[in-house]
Parts: sequence; C-alpha cells; structure tokens
Amino acid sequence: MKNPFDHLDKVLEHSIRLRIMVVLAANPSYDYSGMKDLLEVTDGNLATHLKTLEREKYLLVTKSFVDRKPNTRYRITDRGRSALKRHMEAMAEVVRQSKHPQ
Amino acid sequence: MNSNPGFEQDLASIRRLMERSVRFLSFSGLSGILAGVYALGGAAWAYYRIQYPGQPFRIAVDSIRPPQLTELIVVALVVLVASVTTGLWLSARKAKRLGVNVWDETGRRLAINLAVPLVTGGIFILLLVLGGQFGLVAPACLIFYGLALVNASPNLVDEIRFLGFCEIILGLLGAAVPDIGLFLWAVGFGVLHIIYGSVLYRKYDA
Repeated sequence: MKNPFDHLDKVLEHSIRLRIMVVLAANPSYDYSGMKDLLEVTDGNLATHLKTLEREKYLLVTKSFVDRKPNTRYRITDRGRSALKRHMEAMAEVVRQSKHPQ
Repeated sequence: MNSNPGFEQDLASIRRLMERSVRFLSFSGLSGILAGVYALGGAAWAYYRIQYPGQPFRIAVDSIRPPQLTELIVVALVVLVASVTTGLWLSARKAKRLGVNVWDETGRRLAINLAVPLVTGGIFILLLVLGGQFGLVAPACLIFYGLALVNASPNLVDEIRFLGFCEIILGLLGAAVPDIGLFLWAVGFGVLHIIYGSVLYRKYDA
C-alpha cells in the first residue's frame, strides 16, 4: 500500500457506521435494540446510518415479529465484509506508517 | 506519512467493541464456585450412601443396586437444578448491577450455544440409563458439558474454553476406566468449577 489513505472507505470513515459494521462482522446477525444498547447512540442517529449502509448494500435487513413486537435484524453482506476488511487494513497501515516513516 | 488520525485508539476500541458484542457480560464467576460446592456436596452424599466405608476413588457403577441408582439420579438432578437456578439468579443480579438486560442478544445466543450440546447430551444420557449402561453416564455428563462450554466460550470468557477441554478429557478418561467415573465426575463438576469459578470471580466480578 503506497498511500493507505486512498484505501480508506468513504462510507466507513464515519465512526458509527464503522462500529455498526464491526458488530455485524463479529455476529451472525444483530437486532436493532441490541445494536442501540451496545453503541449507545440515539434512534435517529442509528437509523440514518443503518439506512446508509443498507443503501450501499453493506448489510441486509430482515423485519419480522417476535411476540407480536416488530423485530428488525441486520446481517452483513459479502460486499460489506470485504469493504470493512479493506478499510481496517488501511487503518492499520496508516498506524504502521506513522510509526515507521519511510 | 506522519499523521495518524487517532486510528490506533480507534482500532483498539473496535477490538473491544467486537468482543463486547458477542460476550455475555452478566456472567458470574460466583455461580461457578457455588455449582462446584453443590456438586461436591452431592458427590459426598452419594459416597456415604453407597460406598462408605469403602475407598472413594473406585466405584463399580454396574454393581450399584436399583434403589441406590434412583437415589444417585435424584441427587444428580438436584445438583443440576440448584446449579442452573443459582447461575440464572446471579446473572440476573449482575445484569441489574450493570444496568443491562440479561436476556439480550448475547444472552440468547449463549443459551442456544449451550443448549445444543446439553440437550443432545441429556437425551443421550437418558437413553444410557434406560438401556442400563450406567458406567457411561458420569463420563457422558462430563463430555457433553465440556463440549457445551467449548461451543459457548466466545459468549463467555476465554478461560471457559480451557475448562471445557478439561471436562472433555476427564470424561474420556472416565469412559476408558468406568470405575473411576464417579470420582472424575466429582473432580470435573466439583473441584474444577471451584477453581475456575474463583479465578473468574477475582478477574471479572470483583
């Protein structure tokens, strides 16, 4: 990687979006309220960023009813997983180069 | 390239978030200690009822008579129910203290990951008892419990994986030498639980 900044993903440069994707990468799926508790963000904030990630096809949304209450689950896509991997590798490379400048 | 826009801290906090998203935070080491105490109590009681004053390490399980066998099964069930109840109660208490919901995403996943090997093992052991294969009951308890712990360890803490492997090894040993099966059961469910529970309690509960 010559310039790792070029490999950073524009969508994932926002920390909430990055954190959403990290949680989805570590779990088969996650539901909305679990995500909200974990990330400690407001509804409006979380919904907006989830929408953005859905539009980018980084995650899949499934809506169902659990005990007659609506339950929205999110699942990472292959596209999202590879985007996250590239982005985090670029972040690690930035850290590495800042410590060992050529 | 000298600028490093806080990525190092970001990456560290991401790693923590990743762990936290799968880990059941309300897990209590104290429940391990108490489960171990119940198991040792049950084992001691069984020893005095069945084997006393014989030596406690080798018990020819196949020579145990039906009334004693029923008693042994009842003791085992009491230990099981007491341990599970204690575990649930202490988890609920810790969840309350942490201000989290005990039955959250991670709690549900932990329950499923534990239940698959445990329910399989439970049915298997029931079939062993019905088929008169008593010598394999104690080793089967250890093996399936160990598999459940290994399976669920990502949702608990890393040390649980090693506890799981220890239980599996004890179970296989017991299957090879059935006469020491009950003794190994007491080691696996009693002694190991107390040791691991104490370590985890000091590390995560305090």
